[in-house]
Amino acid sequence: MAAGSTVEVRRGAYYDSVTLMQVSRAVTQVDGVQAAMVAMGTELNLEMLSGMGFEPPDGAGVNDLLVAVRADDAEALGRGVAEVDAALARSSAGGSSSTGLGSAPAPRTTGSAARRSNARLALISVPGQHAFAEAMDALEAGLSVMIFSDNVPVEQEVRLKDEGARRELLVMGPDCGTAVVGGIGLGFANAVRPGPVGLVAASGTGAQQLMCMLEQSDVGISHCLGVGGRDLSAAVAGRSTKQAMAMLDADPATELVLVVSKPPDNDVAADVAAYAQTLTKPVILGLLGPGQDDITTLAHRAVDALGRDWTEPFSWDGMPPPRGGSALRGLFAGGTLCDEAMIIASAALGAIHSNIPLRPDWAVGPDLRDEGHLMLDFGDDALTQGRAHPMIDQRSRLERIAVEGADPSCRVLLMDVVLGHGAHPDPASELAPAIAAARSQARETGRDLAVVVSLCACHDDPQVRRTQAETLREAGASIYLSNAAAARRAVELVTGADQ
Amino acid sequence: MSLLDAEPVVVNAGVPLFADALADQAVPVTTVDWRPPMEGTESALARVMADPRRPEANALAVSRLLSAGAELVDVRPASEALGMAEGTFLHAGPPIDWDRASGPLRGALIGAMLLEGLAAGPDDAQTRLGRGAGATLDSCHHHRAVGPMAGVISPSMWLFELRDPEHGGTAYCSLNEGLGKVLRYGAYGPEVIEKLRWMSAVLGPLLQTAVRATGPIDVKAIAAQMLQMGDEGHNRNRAGTLMFLRELLPALIDSGAPTSDVAEAVRFVGANDHFFLNLGMPACKLATDAARDVPGSTLVVAMARNGTDFGIQVSGTGDQWFTGPANTPEGLYLGSFGPDDANPDIGDSAITETAGIGGFAMAAAPAIVRFVGGEVHDAIEATQLMYEITLAENPAYQIPVLDFRGSPTGIDVTKVVRTGILPHINTGMAGKQAGVGQVGAGLVNPPAEIFPAALEALAAAAPG
Repeated sequence: MAAGSTVEVRRGAYYDSVTLMQVSRAVTQVDGVQAAMVAMGTELNLEMLSGMGFEPPDGAGVNDLLVAVRADDAEALGRGVAEVDAALARSSAGGSSSTGLGSAPAPRTTGSAARRSNARLALISVPGQHAFAEAMDALEAGLSVMIFSDNVPVEQEVRLKDEGARRELLVMGPDCGTAVVGGIGLGFANAVRPGPVGLVAASGTGAQQLMCMLEQSDVGISHCLGVGGRDLSAAVAGRSTKQAMAMLDADPATELVLVVSKPPDNDVAADVAAYAQTLTKPVILGLLGPGQDDITTLAHRAVDALGRDWTEPFSWDGMPPPRGGSALRGLFAGGTLCDEAMIIASAALGAIHSNIPLRPDWAVGPDLRDEGHLMLDFGDDALTQGRAHPMIDQRSRLERIAVEGADPSCRVLLMDVVLGHGAHPDPASELAPAIAAARSQARETGRDLAVVVSLCACHDDPQVRRTQAETLREAGASIYLSNAAAARRAVELVTGADQ
Repeated sequence: MSLLDAEPVVVNAGVPLFADALADQAVPVTTVDWRPPMEGTESALARVMADPRRPEANALAVSRLLSAGAELVDVRPASEALGMAEGTFLHAGPPIDWDRASGPLRGALIGAMLLEGLAAGPDDAQTRLGRGAGATLDSCHHHRAVGPMAGVISPSMWLFELRDPEHGGTAYCSLNEGLGKVLRYGAYGPEVIEKLRWMSAVLGPLLQTAVRATGPIDVKAIAAQMLQMGDEGHNRNRAGTLMFLRELLPALIDSGAPTSDVAEAVRFVGANDHFFLNLGMPACKLATDAARDVPGSTLVVAMARNGTDFGIQVSGTGDQWFTGPANTPEGLYLGSFGPDDANPDIGDSAITETAGIGGFAMAAAPAIVRFVGGEVHDAIEATQLMYEITLAENPAYQIPVLDFRGSPTGIDVTKVVRTGILPHINTGMAGKQAGVGQVGAGLVNPPAEIFPAALEALAAAAPG
């Protein structure tokens, strides 16, 4: 096959070198083309042309276009030259899929997102080992920050809170599940109404329960500032609690400051109590734990302090008592709700085994099984590794409900259902069939299984409290809006007579 | 405190459900496209992010970078300007010896030996360099200098001398030889040496006379203008070159030199679209040098390649280099050259990206993006992506299509590690065989691992 070769000069046809390099590449890729060069007639290019074995044309100037193609045969040569014209035409036609000026890529860091908006607050829920960098970035960008992430080392928490204080920004968390700022729910938050109580909460579900109890007496919330479950530990020493108390003290919408925390360090509790004395507004310290007020009682105290009338939280019972079995089993999504139920139940029943035990010797083994009274917090860090929180993903609890239905030792099932922003859009749709199935399974072994639901919900929650309650009730559950009342009822059913 | 008074506007990083829940409450949410940081960096990242010196250190370092000026004050031989003794050679990138040097660097060193009359021919030069006898190598960056591609500077070469009137720094760069078979791309044939001799004998002295007569020339001002004219200051320097020539032309004509020399010099500069690169680079070097040595700062102050290694230096870790194997650029090839002919990334010219132009100002020079078959919006997005890893926007270097937003300036090691976004670098490509010269041009990224390495050193230097 005879090789074909051509060198052509196109006078006065200017293209920039980048275009021509693209054209050259396109021509070289044509089947049968051995070599191609499409370039302006500069000295350098003429030299390169002869270096490639082409005969440089006479009289080509810098403003002339050189087209040189060598191919296997005349046909391939023709295809090559045709591709020169096609590629040159394409170069000036513009990309058909061009999106004009394009769009800005999404922000990749919290700081970048902050600079693109007028945000005052960052909500961070990246995996715990990465939360510090994002939170620090938020603070440096002038944003207060709520850190939903758990598994953040305590020294990082202290560093963030000191940085926040220095910049007059609030650090809520880590492990802060709930906040309400200016009526907006962040993380898991019920749709509360505006009102006079400013909450400082070192407990997510504790704060949700408190807000729901206040709503029962028609008392609303100015803000609920979460501080993270560790804020009142010795290491963190109430750094955010005191800062949040000061913010609420200065907030015109707040009349009463209510602090709610899991069992705090004694020295820190004393320090916070002393700090409360320095504020201008009344402060109620709700430090949860054995021998302390439960959350419902705390709400009652707050309502009294405001001079409002207390309304007992709604319940919907009247279910027949259980038959068979002996043990109380609590299956919780909220840690503080689980804690509160254990405190109430253990006063009457003694040992309550748990993955978050009240006493170390009540710890349940890794199989999470026990013959006696048992309460599990499915939202505990150890059980949420690699999966979503049980308020979002209920599968682990659904499986456990079936287990309890089949377990002859189980007499009463107690569980929380938390509604509100961020939570499962329709928890009853999954829980009710599971409850019904467990009860029917129990009947097959000659038992009547009692189910008590602690429904942590407000009237305006997006899941619609009334519908959720009805669905659960139809499955055979008793409904209590007060977690403490639910726990007491469960104890009564465990210790009461068979029907 | 503003948190409780303001209308809630939220940034969400993490679980999308929470952003949805806020949107359902009619709250404006900006969502972070968050991804895990580079692997194994958690503890070093936490330590550096916790360093209380970092925010102020970075603010200081980047303000020094932005406020640095750049004036061309003189043109002098390297022997005089840098006190270089016979047999000393500077090169681009982090330090390297002959044994590890790539083809183009070896070619340029051979050429420089010939230029200096230290070898009888290329083979003799190679032997001498291989023995290490009579030839001492060091990085340009260690001598306040930068060099494009191989970046070889030998004592008889003439250098631009730039001064930063704000911080008092000085920086040097060789004179640009043009494209094709040139020393900086590793060519050392007779025509290469002849051109270099002419540059030392005619061009250098002429430029010296003209610069001294004109007085300090504001290189930063030219760089700012060229970004408005389709140049990005690394792979495209056409407008910058012509503006520089315009500044110097009256003094050149008035120099009293033979008109044939003046004509030749003007023809040479005007025909070399990259002549200004060797002014833009030292201008950028002045800016990044001004930002050096701020304890706690995570700002990158140099990115440089020697054809084998890609190295960075960081403000908070002094003169330490963090190096990894240089990548091979992607792009378009001259003539019949192809990917197999290209040497890995080489040159100090990434100082332009370090200072916020070049690949970082890609949006100002859409023509450049076609080196990798991209479209105009790719250029704009490339620049916008660089804002994610930089500390500031340079008010002097503005990008028209981004509504004259300042170019993304000051690479932050922590942001590179957190986002995994690597700096975009526009670059020329040298042939990997010594003596070949330029084979193409394109785009390249640094090797990712040098950023975690720099982060580790910053973590080790952090207090507490």
